Amino acid sequence: MASLLELLKSELGASVLETHAQYGDETAVIAPEAWLAAARLLRDSPKASMEMLVDLTCVDYPDRNPRFEVVVHLLSLSKGHRLRIKCRVGDEDGDDAKIDSLTELWGSANWSEREAFDMFGVQFVGHPDLRRILMYPEFVGHPLRKDYPANKIQPLVPYREEPGLEKLPPFRADEGMPFGRQSFDRVGEDEQPLVATDQERMR
Amino acid sequence: MEALDQDLDASEIEIGAEPMLLNVGPAHPAMHGTVRIVMELSGETIDRCDVQVGYLHRGFEKMCERGTWSQVFPYVDRCNYVSPMLNNVGFALACEKALGIEVPERCQWYRMALGELARIADHMTCVGAMAMELGAFTPFLWLVKGREMVWDVFEEECGARLTHSFGRVGGMAHPPTDGFKEHSRAVVAQVLHMVDEVERLLYGNRIFLDRVEDVGVISAEDAISLGWTGPSLRAAGVPFDVRKAFPYMKYGEVDFDVPVGEKSDCLDRFIVRVEEIKQSARIIEQCLERMPEEGPVNVDDPRVVLPPKEEVYSSIEGTIQHFKIVMEGIKIPAGEVYSSTEGGNGELGFYLVSDGSGTPYRVRIRPPCFYVTGGLERVITGRMMPDIVPCFGSLNMIGGECDR
Amino acid sequence: MGELKQPSTQEVIETGQGAGFATTRLQDVLAWAQKYSLFMYPFVTACCGMEFMAVTGPRFDLARFGAEAPRFSPRQSDLLWVVGTIVQRQAPVLKRIYEQMAEPKWVLAFGTCASVGGFYDNYACVAGIDKIIPCDVYIPGCPPRPEAVLDGLMLLQDKIQSGDRRPAIVKPRFDPVAHPEMGVVTLRRGKDGAPV
Repeated sequence: MASLLELLKSELGASVLETHAQYGDETAVIAPEAWLAAARLLRDSPKASMEMLVDLTCVDYPDRNPRFEVVVHLLSLSKGHRLRIKCRVGDEDGDDAKIDSLTELWGSANWSEREAFDMFGVQFVGHPDLRRILMYPEFVGHPLRKDYPANKIQPLVPYREEPGLEKLPPFRADEGMPFGRQSFDRVGEDEQPLVATDQERMR
Repeated sequence: MEALDQDLDASEIEIGAEPMLLNVGPAHPAMHGTVRIVMELSGETIDRCDVQVGYLHRGFEKMCERGTWSQVFPYVDRCNYVSPMLNNVGFALACEKALGIEVPERCQWYRMALGELARIADHMTCVGAMAMELGAFTPFLWLVKGREMVWDVFEEECGARLTHSFGRVGGMAHPPTDGFKEHSRAVVAQVLHMVDEVERLLYGNRIFLDRVEDVGVISAEDAISLGWTGPSLRAAGVPFDVRKAFPYMKYGEVDFDVPVGEKSDCLDRFIVRVEEIKQSARIIEQCLERMPEEGPVNVDDPRVVLPPKEEVYSSIEGTIQHFKIVMEGIKIPAGEVYSSTEGGNGELGFYLVSDGSGTPYRVRIRPPCFYVTGGLERVITGRMMPDIVPCFGSLNMIGGECDR
Repeated sequence: MGELKQPSTQEVIETGQGAGFATTRLQDVLAWAQKYSLFMYPFVTACCGMEFMAVTGPRFDLARFGAEAPRFSPRQSDLLWVVGTIVQRQAPVLKRIYEQMAEPKWVLAFGTCASVGGFYDNYACVAGIDKIIPCDVYIPGCPPRPEAVLDGLMLLQDKIQSGDRRPAIVKPRFDPVAHPEMGVVTLRRGKDGAPV
């Protein structure tokens, strides 16, 4: 199992930024330049032979400088092993997050990259059909970013104007449940960083 | 009167068919209300098509980031609303992997038995709905009746028919009831009988077979590349089942087969589901046999499991423990974890990112339906328009899971 | 003074004597016909669709109320079942379907999501279909039990009969505090423990 990470390190050298195996999930963080090469290597090398891209998703860390982490889970049906590769892209504002598309390697990357683009605004260079998939085309913004307010709606049809239909929440969005819960609606004003850095998390 | 077309050449009679754009869904009975297909047709053949999802995007992942870890369970229920118990257990297993705890043996058997019952309900719904969309109404009614019986077991166990929210991190909400084994056995026997009747109704039915045989064929390589898992992939001849490949809970110890298709058409996908009902029945029987009658269901870990209600009301420790878990949430150590289980439609994965607080930082569900629906375009392109119905039905798209 | 003898209805019909007709208002007859022949348009999107299948299925059998015939064309139907969450993307579709239906038409919100949005209080969902289209009967529950749905349908039939277009909510038949015995549910079981 550890040979997969060894294989990546020996082939890609310094492009493998970090590796860890928390909870037994082998993980490698790849530099954005080597993203496509690493994926191709993992698919084609007989040692890895990752036939299936199980999942591609994204995580938003608004306080980090490469803000987004694109996370891909790979699975080899023939060898029966899994690997997670990650790549960090984007500046603090979330603009200009660009990463190579994996659609030429796996068909499943098509829709999942569209979803990551829709939800986070990460641009996948080389994707044949990069448009919104879950939200409607008129939607502005990327809802799963931490700075998108969870309850900010953008209706497509005007709401009826009848008295008594307005929504009357008992609390503000972050009120009422103050203890362990976080509200991400106000990130960026004067708050503590929400997440520990990777080094702290792995400790 | 002479024939009007006697001097005409055959090519002149044919009406030049412009490529026609046709929209099906989202409010179309065969599209389950949540999928829209825009097609370019020449005649009745689909030249190009665009499958659009997202008509049931309810912001599951955003909502998960706003509560505690335990508050994710109701949302998970409503992702795959045909087999909520499998989702419950899948999410609980992911949290338990991050916490490094393993639930007691009795709970593992209990979870497996409930999960397989949910799988039976899931497959019965899919098979019944597919048959109904192809015009066979009787199997649908029978299978809905059978599903009601399975739901009776769930109702007896947890009080809810459909959305159970029964899983907990570190166990289940309640121990099995006294009559669970007896009730399940009786239900499974009846369900198997019903499935047998459905088989006899459909497998000799020319109308049904003509609609599904050799329709919607996809190669195994394509299916793997598209990320298909579950019955759809197994119908393509790939014997990949998370329960066999990466056994979790006690699946390594029970005896069951993985049905595999040959031609990878809609009929194969149908048969694979029917066969899986029988395999699930086998697993349930073994689970019921090996599930101890006595013993704890929840782990003995005050960090994650709520104390019994009597203690909450009578002792200060119990009150504090209850308060901490409910208000602050279970503390999952910082880091990331991916755990996969076999859901109703394939690999159901949970990728959790925690920052060490009681609130999830990111919950990503790996929806099997999303990837399976992503392959629908490839399955129906080049086929006739009526083939959409069996193809779409056999893929068993669950809107809540596909769009989340 | 003899005893006033009034023949029973049965007698009147059988012998053909006396009053061979009934008087009523045209509106009442129309309402009576309408309430027992509701053609439904199931606008099924989400989880509640599973319970909707159960309601139309053999055990709960919506056909008993004359409302089982589904019409997948809005122009032929007069009862719109909104079953499941309506998200912003779906809202124009729902509105258009409602507008395509011919009068008289009724709308039933099946489940909490369709009624008020439920616990999906976020960027994607419409907090209740009444933000978009008028609604006659709200059935709470996530998803509602089939019994509650049947109750809701009967409530709608009552409203059709009385010509009442004010929105109504299906409430518990009995106050569970005043009638604790009503909260006790016992499953009917067959001889060998199997459900009937």
